[in-house]
Amino acid sequence: MTIGTNLRGKTAFVGAATFGCGEAPGYTAIELAAEAGRLAVEDAGLSLSQMDGLFICLPADFLSGLSIAEYYGIHPKMTNNSRTGGSAFFGHVEWAALALDAGLIDHALIVYGSNQRTGAGKLVSAQAPSVFEHPYRPNNPVASYALAASRHMHVYGTTAEQLASVAVSARQWANLNPEAFRQGPLSIEDVLSTRLVADPLRVADCCLVTDGAAAVVMTRADRAKDLRKPPIALLGAASATWHSEISQLEDLTVTAATESGARAFAQAGLGTADVDVVNVYDAFTINTILFLEDLGFCKKGEGGAFIASGAISPGGSLPVNTNGGGLSFCHPGMYGLFTMVESIRQLRNEAGARQIAGAKIALAHGNGGTLSSQATCLMGIADTV
Amino acid sequence: MTQAAPTSTYFRHLAEGRFLLQHSPSTDEWVYYPRMVAPKTGATDIEWAEPSGLGTVYATTVKRMKPPAAHVNIAIVELDEGPRMMTHVQGIAPEDVQIGMRVRARIVDGPDDAKILVFEPETGA
Repeated sequence: MTIGTNLRGKTAFVGAATFGCGEAPGYTAIELAAEAGRLAVEDAGLSLSQMDGLFICLPADFLSGLSIAEYYGIHPKMTNNSRTGGSAFFGHVEWAALALDAGLIDHALIVYGSNQRTGAGKLVSAQAPSVFEHPYRPNNPVASYALAASRHMHVYGTTAEQLASVAVSARQWANLNPEAFRQGPLSIEDVLSTRLVADPLRVADCCLVTDGAAAVVMTRADRAKDLRKPPIALLGAASATWHSEISQLEDLTVTAATESGARAFAQAGLGTADVDVVNVYDAFTINTILFLEDLGFCKKGEGGAFIASGAISPGGSLPVNTNGGGLSFCHPGMYGLFTMVESIRQLRNEAGARQIAGAKIALAHGNGGTLSSQATCLMGIADTV
Repeated sequence: MTQAAPTSTYFRHLAEGRFLLQHSPSTDEWVYYPRMVAPKTGATDIEWAEPSGLGTVYATTVKRMKPPAAHVNIAIVELDEGPRMMTHVQGIAPEDVQIGMRVRARIVDGPDDAKILVFEPETGA
């Protein structure tokens, strides 16, 4: 297989876990994160004291790297709580891979946790309101994504029914995932009968607000071979940032995923046809359309029709968001890390009723801010390296 | 050259009833939101100048409110000079605002004891 960059296959995901997805009443954010982290370390067959690189975000703790080190009582060599919104964990993976490959650290633990459903009762956003947007009181983040959706509908004829089909597909996958918070039948008509929040987006076009935590453990390929679970190799990882507030995005129908995706595929020496399962950050139904187009899985403007055809639903040609996504599985604010955990579970053949048979290559994609930060990660089973 | 505080200057102009934007003569680039340095080009020869006040709706949504509060239009307007801004299109029902609609700027009272720029359909101005 083509060698894309010298980081291809050098590191691997060796632990993955979720905890408290849905409702976890009484738990604080760091308690949820700490437990997901502990479970991911246990999943790898390692111990917490071996984690010498700590990467974390908590919704409301801007020094959470310090907090989690203290919480675990460990002395990491590298602590990083950098934030680009819900894509932050993809940046963490890039930095962890570099630090592992350079020998600065031996094991990286990446964690996130939030109690925003039972604790705050609403989506907790870390994005500072712009002094130029705030006077207009947009109901962000949904208003910003609605503006992007309005443009996609205007330019490409994307319909409310096609947006709804994203939510329907996510629910069909969630119905196969016992961990999913929202389950049960959902039709296009059901989605279209929910309340408008910011036209054209309705309640069912918006992600859930749940509690939940996720964590992954990374190490170098040489160390990964002898651990508890088969290692999932990092084949490519790339990020791109184009703007912060939505009015400053040059074309509201094209995101920086075009750039992060192209670079990640080039690093991995792979193309879209090589990917067996895709997990993208579906904060709103328009996201899945935009990202599948921008990552190259369908042509620009054809995402709505592609999804409405059933292509990404169970039994379709391209399984997308097989855990049910932020729309039906869980969405505790910064969802990005959950796309990685689901990709790892699929590649390990641990996904139960929703397992994609023989999955070898997965793509996880994170989004931060208002379509602002985009980051893509390609991973594969051992014989893809 | 170093700019006089761009954000407060912009809002001071609005408070005085004037809609002014930054403009760089060397690149003939209009800048919004106001900055210390022009985006992309890095130009610093920025002067405050009066744009036409005309623009086109680039994207639009309706912030749905619980009754009895009225629904609110939230739009991105592309000014004829190039920059885009978040704003309200007023003077028509919020859901009747269409992408491509020609609009004209108007200064009104904002929610925070400061003036803000909104737009109305050009034909109605």
